Amino acid sequence: MKKLLMATTALALTAGTAFAGSHGKEVKLGVLLGFTGPIESLAPAMAAGAELAMEEVTKSGKLLDSATVTSVRADTGCIDNGLAVANGEKLIAEGVMGIVGGDCSGVTGAILQNVAIPNGMVMVSPSATSPGLSAMEDNGLFFRTSPSDSREGQIMADILQERDVKSIALTYTNNDFGKGLADAIQTSFEKIGGEVTIVAAHEDGKGDYSAEVASLASAGGDILVVAGYLDQGGLGIIQSSLDSGAFDTFGLPGGMIGDSLPKNVGPDLDGSFGQIAGSDSEGAGIFAEMSKAAGFDGTSAYASESYDAAALILLAMQAANSTDPAAYGAKIMDVANAPGEEINPGDLGKALELIAAGKDVNFQGATGVELIGPGESAGSYREILVKDGQNTTVKFR
Amino acid sequence: MDFLNAIVALTNFVMIPAVAYGSQLALGALGVTLIYSILRFSNFAHGDTMAFGTMITILVTWDFQSRGIGFGPLPTALLALPLGIVATMALMLITDRTVYRFYRAQKAKPVVFVMVSLGVMFMMNGLVRLIIGTEDQRFTDGERFIIKARVFKEMTGLREGLAIKTTQGITVVTAIVVVALLFWFLNKTRTGKSMRAYSDNEDLALLSGINPERVVMYTWLIVATLATIAGVLYGLDKSFKPFTYFQLLLPIFAAAIVGGLGSPQGAIAGGFIIAFSEVTITYAWKKVLGYLMPENMGPDGLVQLLSTDYKFAVSFAILIIVLLFKPTGLFKGKSV
Repeated sequence: MKKLLMATTALALTAGTAFAGSHGKEVKLGVLLGFTGPIESLAPAMAAGAELAMEEVTKSGKLLDSATVTSVRADTGCIDNGLAVANGEKLIAEGVMGIVGGDCSGVTGAILQNVAIPNGMVMVSPSATSPGLSAMEDNGLFFRTSPSDSREGQIMADILQERDVKSIALTYTNNDFGKGLADAIQTSFEKIGGEVTIVAAHEDGKGDYSAEVASLASAGGDILVVAGYLDQGGLGIIQSSLDSGAFDTFGLPGGMIGDSLPKNVGPDLDGSFGQIAGSDSEGAGIFAEMSKAAGFDGTSAYASESYDAAALILLAMQAANSTDPAAYGAKIMDVANAPGEEINPGDLGKALELIAAGKDVNFQGATGVELIGPGESAGSYREILVKDGQNTTVKFR
Repeated sequence: MDFLNAIVALTNFVMIPAVAYGSQLALGALGVTLIYSILRFSNFAHGDTMAFGTMITILVTWDFQSRGIGFGPLPTALLALPLGIVATMALMLITDRTVYRFYRAQKAKPVVFVMVSLGVMFMMNGLVRLIIGTEDQRFTDGERFIIKARVFKEMTGLREGLAIKTTQGITVVTAIVVVALLFWFLNKTRTGKSMRAYSDNEDLALLSGINPERVVMYTWLIVATLATIAGVLYGLDKSFKPFTYFQLLLPIFAAAIVGGLGSPQGAIAGGFIIAFSEVTITYAWKKVLGYLMPENMGPDGLVQLLSTDYKFAVSFAILIIVLLFKPTGLFKGKSV
């Protein structure tokens, strides 16, 4: 074991110095997402989003000394800290210069503390939204292109109020993401005078949710808010509630928005509503077109955030004129925010040119990126209403 | 009237789901317990065997659906089930020939078998995911409900609804039929008796001329049948997802051990004990008490003994208590 560790470290060191020393012809970026586990249906589009940005940069030939960007995919399992950390180490050993990931909040925290910080690696997560990550000491290495859940809690409370919901039952998936989001929703909703009748956790991957639904139904409430995952417990809870007649309408935060939910539940889900990080920026439309041409669904949850995450890393490398995480990490906030020329998806080549010429850029990307505080997205949200078996956008807020 | 409401609420949210879930666990636990008593190891691949059988059934169901073959108000999957069972039987026999027989010939220790079954589990895990993918699959068709909550409310004028899903009805009926057949087979037929003899005392059974390879083969065939039926019923009632089936292993083993590993009666009792304990102990009694207590005396709180977070803790606490005081399980199985 010791030998293995030594070998890995040695490999990581040589790989690291080899790339940091010169502008190698190849820049490897890790794509560390949950290809298996609770959000496995979202991960492929997210990875494709990140890789679309890499391909665009490679094709432009403008990054550093016309470097090629290659993606190295690895799995977090979404809720498997051991797997995620091991794969994080593997990426470092393979010589990646930046990581797009992790995806779920729990594993992202684990990778950050056990892999990114000790190795001085920059991580940009497209989808970790736990408020806890804002406060985590990250040595300026961690950024996210999705907003913190405390913001989502406020948005959800506003939507509930506008729809005249007086009381909610609240269930969350039992992990960092679910707990953080549930707390945020409860605090915000109670602040505006709403009543939360019960807050109950559910475990993912268990299939049978009669016990949870029984308690939720007993506590009652106008609607049931499910802060979970659409491929997992969240779906099971909704199905079981509908079957037993416990609730008819559901509040669906970010993790529950995806095409598979209305498809799996069927017409009974009509009338349920929720919100997901997203914006009506010009970039969103362009990205949707680009992704269609590339053969994947860019409107899938967090696909656009993934594109932005990868693009931010690459633009920052250009700005620092180095692929060394220690050097370009500090530039991420610069390229993401004003001042500078606004950059949409598809214009990465132009952005690289501008940066090389010493000009400022303000990367907008597919989500209208605006990083605040400790390097997280300020957050605009798409309000969703399920209508005729489809997630439809009501408006952006 | 309020009394009726209370009864209906309790039936709808506690009794019906627990009975259906209990039947599914019982069928799963029966498979585990049969392997334990005859082949003498804990088969960790059982959850994935269920997944494999269900997957084949789903694929055949899709084929039937595309050709317009249906089963009236019942799910088409029931028609496809026999083919799923046959395919799982084939898989079980192949695994036994290629993997387990080698270790049997070496008279490997049970713990080696457990590790081997762990390996088989990962293989099946991958196989199922390769063929059908990782996503949720729904394959229920036909009539969804026997009684709908809304219809029941209109019919009776009660405030509480009562819903019985077709799949829940099918689950319970099938479970009863399968268990009756299994007990008949084990107690009345020659093969069944030789299996029990082999389980009770391997050497004596061999001396009396029972062919061990035949016993092993029949065991795998029965286990394949039970696993596929349990898996398909579970998938019909909830949904099919390889990951969930893998996780089912825990409650199934808890059920088998509480009942007494190696005892078929125990597996059934264990299945229901685990299912009921998961649902009842964490149930919030607010609504039921609200109906039963005089007006304005209803409780404000949830009247919940334990939060649902502790659902699994409850079944495992029961498991530990049983093992401490009755190490062989409630029905005198083999000690673990």
